[in-house]
Amino acid sequence: MNMLIKGGRVIDPSQKIDDTLDVLVENGLIKQVGKGLQAPADAKVVDAAGKYVVPGLIDMHVHLRDPGLEYKEDIISGTRAAVSGGFTSVCCMPNTKPTIDNKAVASYIINKSQSDGFCNVFPVGSITYGLSGDRMAEMGELKESGCVAVSDDGRPVTNSELMMRSLQYAAGIGIMVISHAEELELVGEGVMNEGFTSTELGLKGIPRVAEDIATVRDIMLAEYTGTPIHIAHVSTKGSVRIIREAKARGVKVTCETAPHYFTLTDDAVRGYNTNAKMNPPLREADDLSAIKQGLQDGTIDCIATDHAPHHIDEKDVEFNVAMNGIIGLETSLPLSLNLVREGVLTLNQLIEKMSCNPSNILGLNRGSLQAGAPADITLFDLEREWTVEADKLASKSKNSPWLGQKMKGVAMATIVSGTLKFER
Amino acid sequence: MAEFKHKHIIALRDLSKADIELLISTAESMREVNSRDIKKVPTLRGKTIINLFYESSTRTRTSFEIAGKRLSADTVNIAPSNSSATKGETLADTALNLLAMKPDIIVMRHAVSGSHYFLAEKVSCSIINAGDGAHEHPSQGLLDMLTMKDRFGRLDGLKVAIVGDITHSRVARSNIQGLTKMGSSVFLAGPPTMVPPGVERLGNVTVCATMNEAIQDADVVMMLRIQQERQGKTLMPNAREYSRYFGLNPENIKLAKPNAMVMHPGPINRGVEMSSYVVDGDQSWILKQVENGVAVRMAMLYHVCGGELE
Repeated sequence: MNMLIKGGRVIDPSQKIDDTLDVLVENGLIKQVGKGLQAPADAKVVDAAGKYVVPGLIDMHVHLRDPGLEYKEDIISGTRAAVSGGFTSVCCMPNTKPTIDNKAVASYIINKSQSDGFCNVFPVGSITYGLSGDRMAEMGELKESGCVAVSDDGRPVTNSELMMRSLQYAAGIGIMVISHAEELELVGEGVMNEGFTSTELGLKGIPRVAEDIATVRDIMLAEYTGTPIHIAHVSTKGSVRIIREAKARGVKVTCETAPHYFTLTDDAVRGYNTNAKMNPPLREADDLSAIKQGLQDGTIDCIATDHAPHHIDEKDVEFNVAMNGIIGLETSLPLSLNLVREGVLTLNQLIEKMSCNPSNILGLNRGSLQAGAPADITLFDLEREWTVEADKLASKSKNSPWLGQKMKGVAMATIVSGTLKFER
Repeated sequence: MAEFKHKHIIALRDLSKADIELLISTAESMREVNSRDIKKVPTLRGKTIINLFYESSTRTRTSFEIAGKRLSADTVNIAPSNSSATKGETLADTALNLLAMKPDIIVMRHAVSGSHYFLAEKVSCSIINAGDGAHEHPSQGLLDMLTMKDRFGRLDGLKVAIVGDITHSRVARSNIQGLTKMGSSVFLAGPPTMVPPGVERLGNVTVCATMNEAIQDADVVMMLRIQQERQGKTLMPNAREYSRYFGLNPENIKLAKPNAMVMHPGPINRGVEMSSYVVDGDQSWILKQVENGVAVRMAMLYHVCGGELE
């Protein structure tokens, strides 16, 4: 199907484009970006006046819960939430049941997403079999099956030798290792960030150093072996500093943070709000400003949501019992646009972190409106206000800390491989 | 008389100075009932109180039960070991099932901080917190303050030392909240592994480097129970060394004011946080605390029911 997207403000960092232009799509690919393009006779014309037109957003860290935990989310509802939030591609983490540690599970996800899903789904395989932490999964076959990275996300690979060998082995195959940096003994029974708020609420704290120390270890392993590594969900000022220093001395490290880490502090836990419980936990004001600083100076490459759907029965319980994680696909864009409004990032930089960089880090061949690229395109309205309402979210689960709150900015249309998958 | 406007009593942090004064003065008048030959008044006749104790307790549960009975309420005790909790029923479901039996008050102790707020959103009856995790233990804080008032006639301008594992102590948090509101100052001491970050911001609180510094010229020395099972192996070497630096004994008690009172929420580990000579000594108010516990809990039950004194 052919399409002409007319008169939008086109921002494509990959080509340094920022202008009011038309985008012509033919046979699922970008045909041309330019002024005053004529629509072919059969083309659908999309009026993008007053809207931004950018390379399709990519969320490199989501949990689709499919297979095995479909009561929380599945590939259909999760990708519907993705396109509703402006995402044309998501990378789904392997902590499904069964784990994405073999070709059969990876293929199931790819096939189901292609037949029934709304956007591209790139599975992330596990580093170790069944996330057991004791032996490597078949990373070669996982890559051949379509996995774009490996990670034991949700838990660290505690055995340092196995982590080091996994980095070496994965680099040989050419697949990125995503580190879940957490020193479990320091986390212990902790349920929120350790600080004044945990003291006041009487909740067991998780010290920031539990993340920092693990970030250091994995960076040192990557540095020693000369291999690339990507650090997931950076939440502390210490991790930002460690990654900044590592980048400066040439370590091949990249990283991501999530909208909640630059939007909320552990104050959000007050009232024992289980929708503010996640891992890593919400930190304090100085962490939040360090995250913003890291985004601004390029230390933090990507914004990813760590979209973690949980059923109400797993959240509407006592705080300690509640599962970790929040949904994020439908609130990521407006929250990230706040960074532009605050002057932390330019729009250009934001699109880099939400599209170009994840594509480059994982080799997705997306994140660009160059002629010949897959026509994954997001149209959004920077100013439009809306309210987060549980019954209007596409995700099966409603575990968002922003329920009932106003958002500014929203995806207006999401085009995946030249097909309009979502329109608001 | 001032009016008590709270349906639940979950934390002293949620109460005003006037609320605390009211509860303490009501407790003072309840003591008259406890000294009678027939220790019963009809104030809460026809009311049903469920004591739901997810954590074991002798003192607090018995105290709440006696308090309810002296006010003529019907009290029922439920402990998780002989209830549906062991069958995997959620707290919310247990509460809703109990609620269907129309209790007026649920008194709950639970290991998870904040679980009473969770419960209060689910049920229509009053909730009284008998201790939640490391958050608060408001009846203990109130009975401690009543006991201090008995000794000094006031609750303002007192120097109160609290020594021990502050991190895991709901007693310390309730005392900090209550005493700060009443105009007293709290001095904390414990191994640095047991002093939580930012605790000085909870109220009029000073964190001391040593126990001696905390108890120096104190009006009240409150010792906290040290629990080997909770402190595990990582927070301190052993009870012997703990006792050496954070135990109260006949020597270091002399640093406090000559008429200082010694308190402990119980149960005591004799020879660990306190020497028996101090536990049983002239300055000990520990059993008075227990006695006052009944009156304070009568006052709490009475006020959440919104009744009038006869």
